[in-house]
Amino acid sequence: MLALGIESTAHTFGCAIAEMKGKRKGTFRILSDVRSSYRPPEGSGIHPREASRHHANVCSRILKEAVMRSSLKMEDIDIIGYSAGPGLGPCLRIGAVLARLLSTYYRKPLVPVNHALAHIELGAWLTGARNPLVILVSGGHTMILLYFNKRWRIFGETLDITIGQLLDQFGRSLGFSSPCGSMIERLASNSNKEYSGIPYTIKGNDVSFSGLLTAAIKRTKGGSFDIGNTCYSLQETAFAILAEATERAISFTNKDEVMVVGGVAANRRLADMLNYVCTRHSSKLHVCPIHYAGDNGVQIALTSLIDHVNSKVSVAPENGFIDQAWRLDSVNVRWR
Amino acid sequence: MILLRFILLLSDKLPILLKKGSEADLLLIDWYGKRALSKLRTERLYRNPILDKELRHRRTIREAEMLSKAKEARIRSPYVYFLDTYRNEIIMEYIEGANLKSVFSANLALKLGECIAKLHSRNIIHGDITTSNFILENRSQDNYTELAIIDFGLSFFSQRLEDMASDVRMLKEVLNSVHYEIFDQAFSNFSEEYSSFSPSGRGRKVLRKVDEIQSRGRYSRIANSY
Repeated sequence: MLALGIESTAHTFGCAIAEMKGKRKGTFRILSDVRSSYRPPEGSGIHPREASRHHANVCSRILKEAVMRSSLKMEDIDIIGYSAGPGLGPCLRIGAVLARLLSTYYRKPLVPVNHALAHIELGAWLTGARNPLVILVSGGHTMILLYFNKRWRIFGETLDITIGQLLDQFGRSLGFSSPCGSMIERLASNSNKEYSGIPYTIKGNDVSFSGLLTAAIKRTKGGSFDIGNTCYSLQETAFAILAEATERAISFTNKDEVMVVGGVAANRRLADMLNYVCTRHSSKLHVCPIHYAGDNGVQIALTSLIDHVNSKVSVAPENGFIDQAWRLDSVNVRWR
Repeated sequence: MILLRFILLLSDKLPILLKKGSEADLLLIDWYGKRALSKLRTERLYRNPILDKELRHRRTIREAEMLSKAKEARIRSPYVYFLDTYRNEIIMEYIEGANLKSVFSANLALKLGECIAKLHSRNIIHGDITTSNFILENRSQDNYTELAIIDFGLSFFSQRLEDMASDVRMLKEVLNSVHYEIFDQAFSNFSEEYSSFSPSGRGRKVLRKVDEIQSRGRYSRIANSY
C-alpha cells in the first residue's frame, strides 16, 4: 500500500511518499521525502500567519517534487495521511486543505494523524525500539511517555514551556533566528564551560523551564555574563533536569529501552547525558537519527499506513478535522 | 554467642546493594549490629560537577530534616541514625514491608489520602509522591499494617495551595499512567480521605487547584474533556 504523508504543524511543510506491504512494518520503504522550512526573521519566532503563508506558497511545489521523486503518479497512491494536530492552527489548515483536496479529487481515503504519535512511530521504526520509554522533546512537546493498553500515557511532562521553546526563546533574545538549538549548542561547546547556577526545577516527574528562561535572559541583559558560558549553563541545567526526570522514570518502570524523539533529540549533549543515565540502569538508548528527528512527511505517511492497514480508519473529506490541541494521551492507538 | 555469630555472619554479607535508585544507591548495611539502610547520593557524572555537588548536598540535608519533621505529623517514616553531609549519605532505619507500587489497590489509596493530608497540614510538601515511595509495613507482632513514607529528597515547607496541589497532581499522574486500571476508584478514594483529614474546606480547595494546574498544561483542553 502506498501513502502520501503531509506534514504542516509548525515551521516545516513536508510531503513524503512511502510504501508498506501488508501489516508488516518491516516492509516500510521511503520513496520520497521533500521538505521546506519557514525561517522567521532574526530575533523573532514563528509567526503562525507568516508560516502558513510560506506553506501555502511552497505546498504545490513540494507535492509535485515528492510525487516526481517517487517515480509514481498521484493515481497510484492509496491513502492520504495528514498531520491533524497538535500544532499551529493556520499551518495545520494548509496541510489539511491540501489533503482534503487530493482526497476528494483522486477519491482516496483520508487519514488524520496525530503529530506526536507520528514522531514516536517513525522513531520506533528507524531505531527498532519495541516498547520503549519515550522522551519526546521538541518545540511543541516535552513529555516522558509510557505505552499501556492502547494509549501512550504521560509519566511526566513540562508544566510550562517546552525544552524547544526554552532554547528558542533564549536564542531569540540574543537576536538569533528560530530554531536556535544548534546555535546554542555550538556556543556552549565553544565556551570556557564555566558553570554558574541557574534555577533547577523538577517537580516529581514533571519539569519546568520558565524560571530558567527568565534567569538566563536576565543574565545576558546585565552584560556581566559571557554569552557562551550562559548558553553552557543553560544547556547543562536544562538537560540535567531532563536526564534526571528520565532516570526517575526508568527506575520507576524498569524499562530496558528508552527512545528520544523530536527536534531536540538532535542535540549531542542531551544524547550524551541520556546515554549515561541509560547505561547506569542497563537500559538501551535509541536516539532518532538527526535527519528524521525534526518534523517531516515520512512520519505522517508511516503512521497513516499503520493506522489504515490495521484498523481501516479513514474520514470523509468534509470531516477532515484539524485540532490545535490534540493531546497524545487522548489518542486511541488501535494497532499497538 | 549464637547472636554474635549471627551478627558476624550478617555483617559478612553486608552491605548488599538493594537498589540503584534514580538519584541514590540504597544499601542494606550493618549498623553496629543492627540492619540499616544507607542512602548514598552518588555522583552523577553526566551533570556539571558544581551543579551535581550542590543538588546532592542540598537534597541529603533536606531529606534528613524532613524525615524527622514527618514524625511530628504522626507519619511513619524511617528513623535517621546518622547523617554524613560530606559523603551525602543518610543511614536510617530499614523498614521491612511491601513497596506500595507492587501491592497498590483502590483501598490503599484511602491510606495514601490520609498520609498526604497529614503531611500537608504540617506544611510539608513531599515533592515526589509516587506509589514507589511508600512502604506497607507489616507488623506481624501486632497484626497491623502501616503506611510508611520515604524519599524526602525533593520536599520543602510551604503553605501555598499551589504546592500542595502539585503534590496531589503528581500522584494523580502516576495513578493515571501506572495504575490506570483502577484510576477512577483509587483517585476518588484518595480525594475523599485527603479531604476528610485536611483542615475544614482546604482539601476541596487543593483538589480544585489540581484541576486548575492541569488546565494550564500544554494542549490540555482536550485532556480535560476526556
